[in-house]
Amino acid sequence: MSRWNLLPLGGFIIVAAAFLSYYLYFAYFPVTRDVPWLSFGFFALGLVVLGAGVRRAFAQPGRWFAKLAAGLLSVLSVLILGFFIFHIVSLSAQLPASKGAPKVGVKAPNFTLPDTNNQPVTLSEVVTSLGNEPGKDHYVLLVFYRGYW
Amino acid sequence: MRGFEQSLEEFKKRGVRIVAISVDSPDVNREHARKQGYTYTLLSDEKREVIRQYDILHAGGGPGEADIARPAEFLIDSTGTIRWVNLTENYRIRPKPEDVLKVVDALQP
Repeated sequence: MSRWNLLPLGGFIIVAAAFLSYYLYFAYFPVTRDVPWLSFGFFALGLVVLGAGVRRAFAQPGRWFAKLAAGLLSVLSVLILGFFIFHIVSLSAQLPASKGAPKVGVKAPNFTLPDTNNQPVTLSEVVTSLGNEPGKDHYVLLVFYRGYW
Repeated sequence: MRGFEQSLEEFKKRGVRIVAISVDSPDVNREHARKQGYTYTLLSDEKREVIRQYDILHAGGGPGEADIARPAEFLIDSTGTIRWVNLTENYRIRPKPEDVLKVVDALQP
């Protein structure tokens, strides 16, 4: 028996790392989040390594375990890539219609919510505290985000 | 969120105050702000009241099917009028701080 064919495992690990690194790291930066080119590059690299490993496994006679392992790791890798693409293009685009969201030109609906010190903050009070210099208006940028950190 | 903090000086220069809202509790927000070094206002809408009021509730969109806010940005002027709205079609894709700064520059009288 010659030495182990580690290429399928290596390819699978690269694919898994490409998947995880997006959610753990690259998703935090717009340049790697919006269009995940870098992640797709890693996926491609992983699949190339995996492909080389599968070819090697099937080029050798016998060695059914190596063939089975290479096949299984390939299926898993394709599933991971499939889920990643599904999440990127479809899942994260499933958002409510928000037809009733306030539009440009209307008064922003007022509200009071607690800040990080549990102190109530009222939008209209923030707006009146903004001030207004001649030739320069002041603004509140209201940012709603998904939370759950 | 990180990007907005990094561009905070640019926003301040233009007279823009950033107020961020999520379903997280004040305690979670305080801890998060401390860890990340966020200095702008973080508000808690645990009852999803304001999120509903603005019709941006993403039902079941969070971990464990929790109701959360879809990412959305509203720019409000000093009369309380909304001047710019951004509702992303894909929650991974949010406006970059420089895009919002351009909007503010274009609005200035």
